[in-house]
Amino acid sequence: MNNEQHTNKQSFEQCVKCTICTVYCPVAAANPDYPGPKQAGPDLERYRLKNPRFYDDTLDLCLNCKRCEVACPSNVKIGDIILSARLKYSAKRPKLREYILANTDVMGSMATTFAPLVNASLKLPAVKNIMDRTLAIDHHRTMPTYSSQRFEAWFKQHAQAKQENFDRSVSYFHGCYVNYNHPKQGKDLVKILNAIGYGVHLLDKEKCCGVALISNKMEAQARRQAKVNINSIRRSVAAGRPVLTTSSTCTFTMRDEYPHVLGVDNADVREQIVLATKFIFEAVDAGRVKLAFREDYRKRIAYHTPCHMEKLGWSIYSTSLLRMIPGVEFMMLDSLCCGIAGTYGFKRENYPYSQKIGEPLFRQIKSLGVDLVATDCETCKWQIEMSTGVTVENPISILADALDVEQTMKLNK
Amino acid sequence: MSGLVTGIAAADAGQRCLIISAGQSALHFFSGSFELYGCEGNPLEAIAGVGKEHPYSKLGVERIQRLAEEVPAFFGKMNISLVGNPTRNHYRITPLGVLKPAWLTMDEYARVEDVSQMPWKRVAICDIEGFLDFQPDFLASGCAERGVESTVIPISLPELERLRNNPTEMRATNIAKELTGDTLHRLAQKINQASGDVDAVLMPTVVGLLDAAAVEELKKQVDKPLHFVATMPPSVPGIRTQITLRKRFQELGGVYMLGDTVQSGTIVDGRLQSIRTANHGEVEFEADNFVLATGSFFSHGIVASSERVYEPILGLDIDASDERSEWYKRNLFEAQPYMTFGVATDSDFRVSHKGQTLSNVYAVGAVLSGCNPIKEGCGAGVAILTSLHVAQKITRK
Repeated sequence: MNNEQHTNKQSFEQCVKCTICTVYCPVAAANPDYPGPKQAGPDLERYRLKNPRFYDDTLDLCLNCKRCEVACPSNVKIGDIILSARLKYSAKRPKLREYILANTDVMGSMATTFAPLVNASLKLPAVKNIMDRTLAIDHHRTMPTYSSQRFEAWFKQHAQAKQENFDRSVSYFHGCYVNYNHPKQGKDLVKILNAIGYGVHLLDKEKCCGVALISNKMEAQARRQAKVNINSIRRSVAAGRPVLTTSSTCTFTMRDEYPHVLGVDNADVREQIVLATKFIFEAVDAGRVKLAFREDYRKRIAYHTPCHMEKLGWSIYSTSLLRMIPGVEFMMLDSLCCGIAGTYGFKRENYPYSQKIGEPLFRQIKSLGVDLVATDCETCKWQIEMSTGVTVENPISILADALDVEQTMKLNK
Repeated sequence: MSGLVTGIAAADAGQRCLIISAGQSALHFFSGSFELYGCEGNPLEAIAGVGKEHPYSKLGVERIQRLAEEVPAFFGKMNISLVGNPTRNHYRITPLGVLKPAWLTMDEYARVEDVSQMPWKRVAICDIEGFLDFQPDFLASGCAERGVESTVIPISLPELERLRNNPTEMRATNIAKELTGDTLHRLAQKINQASGDVDAVLMPTVVGLLDAAAVEELKKQVDKPLHFVATMPPSVPGIRTQITLRKRFQELGGVYMLGDTVQSGTIVDGRLQSIRTANHGEVEFEADNFVLATGSFFSHGIVASSERVYEPILGLDIDASDERSEWYKRNLFEAQPYMTFGVATDSDFRVSHKGQTLSNVYAVGAVLSGCNPIKEGCGAGVAILTSLHVAQKITRK
């Protein structure tokens, strides 16, 4: 990656005011109070550099989807400019709600300990109403459920010992969602990788990637966690293990937001932080591994491209893997924002816009009559399941379900 | 647009294609018309006189005519209806009310066949209040100069008033997102109430972003003949065209990667073997043939530093002067030499690297050297015709 283009703080000078970014901004289309990426980003940056008083709180309406950057023909890092301005100039400090929403790992640790109780309470209308009134977390939102057993605990008890038996190995950055909410996704990855002949290890130390800390302006904590993660990743890479992930947002944050927004250098290991679907596809494509699928697997599946996946440009890997499964009838959804953007859609003031942004996507999904929607992002999953009633799975889980494990192991002996 | 036209033509002929695009295309600035050569009368006659370095000279007039006649059908397959003739220019109306020669114009736009004979005596011009990318006064004075009377109909609707909260972003595309269903119906009513006894209604292109359904609907609901006039960018019909072309390319099996930048390539024995991109890191994309459709300075297809002009991906040979003082003319309105800079190609549009022709790399569209699209009015013609030609060349290889 041409890092110079990204870290150059003056990239706003490249803006030619063509307004193409605004055309593709999901927020500007739903909420006219948002000045739009061109104005919020490069236009006002010029003024902010002269006097921070020109900072405007409407920048908080940006969801950091980076679709402006994907559309920009002049390679202006519009999303980075807006996000950095928020961190640098905003006088609004995070409140209790922001601490709760952004500290996904602290909340996850507490919630998994009392998972049955927490899950039951978070479903109660009374609890949701209290959260809405006291914390301004919108009561319409279906809250994520927590798992009683964390992924790390399962891994140590049931999987870790076996991993030394493989010649080739990788590390897995599982992220908060797999650890606290949905360990099955991590187990699915271990199942696939073991079947194709790779041992799986955890990082020495894993912290939340920090995406929610960044968007909720807890920059210092995000930077501390980023450094812990990058140091662990360095040790893994030095031991010959690339670091795989199963969340497009964690991946994007560690690869791009660390250097561009937090100033944490990752140039030496950035190429080694990859989504598992990319890693597996490349291995299959190069003939290093082979996959065998169950004959009785039949599903009609539509793929949703998360915004950060669009920015990574990697949906081709996930979709190519899904298309390899003989029993899958595959459909590609239009690349549109689902509207949740992590913690954004949980906030009462954003909820209506969040749903309005996602509306065209929800309509398309409902019209297709699919068994499953596949996507690489957990918050997209929450949003789509809540708003359409259709089950959403990570491509890794779909691959694991469709895989003929015994046959695959034989092929990769 | 060159990339998509090449991709569609090649994919339609059975090639497996991948397009890697660094950001959205120049179609976002589309005027609604394609120019072959900006002159009065027959553009083919003017083209016969261009210099030998011009991309048109490499195609030759006969081939230009043959390819040009294929273009309406090429776009027609995607339900993009273009009107015009390569042997006789008509005129399009610019956002400033000036008439400019054009080869093909989208059916929904106003066009004038003969400057001495305007098609209307009286027109009504719609003015969306608060919308700054279309100034009806310019259009009205342009009409008046040609003997057409006009009245301006101010239009305001609550949905559009809401957009005015954010005046700098009240753009054609945001307006088009609102103008559907009942809002569109009320717009038609307002136009019908106010237009009076006119031959036609002229309306800025603020309708029909994702598909042309709203355009058709409004035409039906407005009593008088309705014609559209281009706004300043972003262009609503241009974005619709971009979406349509991309969809068609993908339906033909093409893979479209947006927001990625090709960064380098490996050249072995006069052939480009593979390329690498920003998003895909160490992954090498291999292909039998590569087409460079990266545009001119504006799209970074070629780049000027203070000392030199270069092609940034492969360092291809360039047609440009080494002397900076020869790049430009002091008088802004003269033909500027830098406008003709671009990559050097042989008679088959194959590029070269350090003097050696690359047998499997072609250049199409604005990255080509030898023409001045602004002075000559040949940008779209060069883009579309070189793209179709190269796609056919590759397919027949």
